[in-house]
Amino acid sequence: MFAPEIVIAAVINGLLTGAVYALVSVALTLVYGVLHIINFAHGAILTAAMFAAFFASQAGVDPLVALFGLAPLFFALGYATQRYVIGPASHGRDSNILLVTLGLSIVIENALLAAFGSDTRTIDTPYGFSTIDLGFIFLPMPRVIAFGVTCLVAALLWALLTRTDTGKAIRAVAKEKLGAALVGIDVTHIYAVTFGIGAACLAVAACVLLPSYYVQPRAGEAYTLVAFTVVVLGGMGSVPGAVIGGLFIGVVESLSGLYFGESLGQLGIFLIFILALLLRPTGLFGARG
Amino acid sequence: MSGFFATRRSAYASILAVAALLALTPLATSANTILNAMVLALLMALAGQGWNILGGYAGQISFGHAVFFGTGAYATTILQARFGLNAYAAFAGAIGLGAALGALIGFLSFRSGLRGSYFALVTLAFAEVFRIVANASAFTGGAAGTLLKLDVRPQNFQFASCATFFWVALALVTVVMIATRALERSRFGAYLVAIRENEDAARALGVDALKVKVQAITLSAAITAAAGAFYAQYFLFVDSNIAYGTWISIEALLVPIIGGLGTTFGPLVGALALQGLAEATKAVAGRIPGADVALYGALLVIAVAFAPTGLQGLTARLRRGLSLGRAS
Repeated sequence: MFAPEIVIAAVINGLLTGAVYALVSVALTLVYGVLHIINFAHGAILTAAMFAAFFASQAGVDPLVALFGLAPLFFALGYATQRYVIGPASHGRDSNILLVTLGLSIVIENALLAAFGSDTRTIDTPYGFSTIDLGFIFLPMPRVIAFGVTCLVAALLWALLTRTDTGKAIRAVAKEKLGAALVGIDVTHIYAVTFGIGAACLAVAACVLLPSYYVQPRAGEAYTLVAFTVVVLGGMGSVPGAVIGGLFIGVVESLSGLYFGESLGQLGIFLIFILALLLRPTGLFGARG
Repeated sequence: MSGFFATRRSAYASILAVAALLALTPLATSANTILNAMVLALLMALAGQGWNILGGYAGQISFGHAVFFGTGAYATTILQARFGLNAYAAFAGAIGLGAALGALIGFLSFRSGLRGSYFALVTLAFAEVFRIVANASAFTGGAAGTLLKLDVRPQNFQFASCATFFWVALALVTVVMIATRALERSRFGAYLVAIRENEDAARALGVDALKVKVQAITLSAAITAAAGAFYAQYFLFVDSNIAYGTWISIEALLVPIIGGLGTTFGPLVGALALQGLAEATKAVAGRIPGADVALYGALLVIAVAFAPTGLQGLTARLRRGLSLGRAS
């Protein structure tokens, strides 16, 4: 067994990693909840955002500042992608949406590969290697910032969904598409807005991820599978579920890395995922599917 | 009675005609690059045929058929390399193990009532678990993978000529096409389609949905495991990212969806089209790494946009359009 300090340190580290998982998952669950599609391009959009943050940083703009430009930019890109590519190309059939988002992810990933090669790139920030000393554990600064930003974004998203008309429309479309259309909500527009919000969340995630991670054309992929897990655990379409699920998965990964060894760290995630699906398919925090 | 036999003959005749035509390929060309591309296309067709039984006919979309492909590939390799089994016995063993795994995963998932996206995601997770374990365990050779000893003799399922592999692959695909056609015309096939169209209604009519779905995934897994075993036999090497990688799960579902979901010829048509597309984009933009695949992805999106029901649906639409044009 390990000393309690080591276990507590692993839990805290897991929570910090989990915050980024939560952010990536919130975007996925929102898109699933409203559009009822499994967005295969999710990881690729994250990668594209990481490249954007990387080049912003090369140009002298700190990722945390670039965030304010990249989030709106990715909202616009996401909006356009759903409205002018995914929507028209998929003809409303689930298997086609699957193929279109899959095709998009292939395009994005390989266009990045063709343009920038497969080298892994990292950036330097003044806070990249600074830490916060809690007495028994040193917390890396970039991940503490990531944790804080995630909480902020989750709160903003929550406010948007519950306090604004757009949020109300999004929830209406998620619940009952036809009914929403009948009371005058532009469903196509709401679909695109939701996809845009998802892409904006990914841009934020990319900006807080970059200082402690690396970027290459397949960097986002690792997060996609984890995000699927989190979304299912939290109940598909549930934003609070995704936040709690993300933190939980971060802790699970950290602890199973501690007990099973690094190479099997992600095994714990998928085993929990399978068990959760088999025993409680509506999600740990979701009342309904 | 004679009418029954006539439709029966024509139902299978088209399959045999297509197979016979394809079998002439090695006579038309001796270029190994073309034959190799054809073998890969047939391999993907086979994997897709397995997927199509479960996804196309029974409507249970799987994102993790790599779990069966990989198990077939590893089983045939390990049975030969570690247990000294004959290659053909190992091939049969791989199919059997794949089927058993399919039955197990199917029973666990379907008994829990997983449908739609949930079923898709649980298969994805199973594939990932197998990939991580195969990558870390000494039994499968870990990250270095496992090699099959090169010993080119027909009794070892190793052939000097690419053409022989091509004919073996074509034979496997043809057998599965005939089996699929027989399934289409059987009571079991009708149960599958009933479950796909409306599971609750099928159940109300007395179809044992759980049993039928488990049988479907068992058959589906066996076919995809055969594709994996053939892959290992063709390349004599397997590692976790090849065998259990997401790419194989994706290709297995892409091929029948592109070709025509729930049709006998769909996987073959889709595999030939996708392989042709991949070769063409490689020829056009192969010099920059990634550019050809990006082009491939873009063409995929365009194909879905303009042929939403697959290539066979497209030809049906064109034919309808032509006859309408003629009528007016």
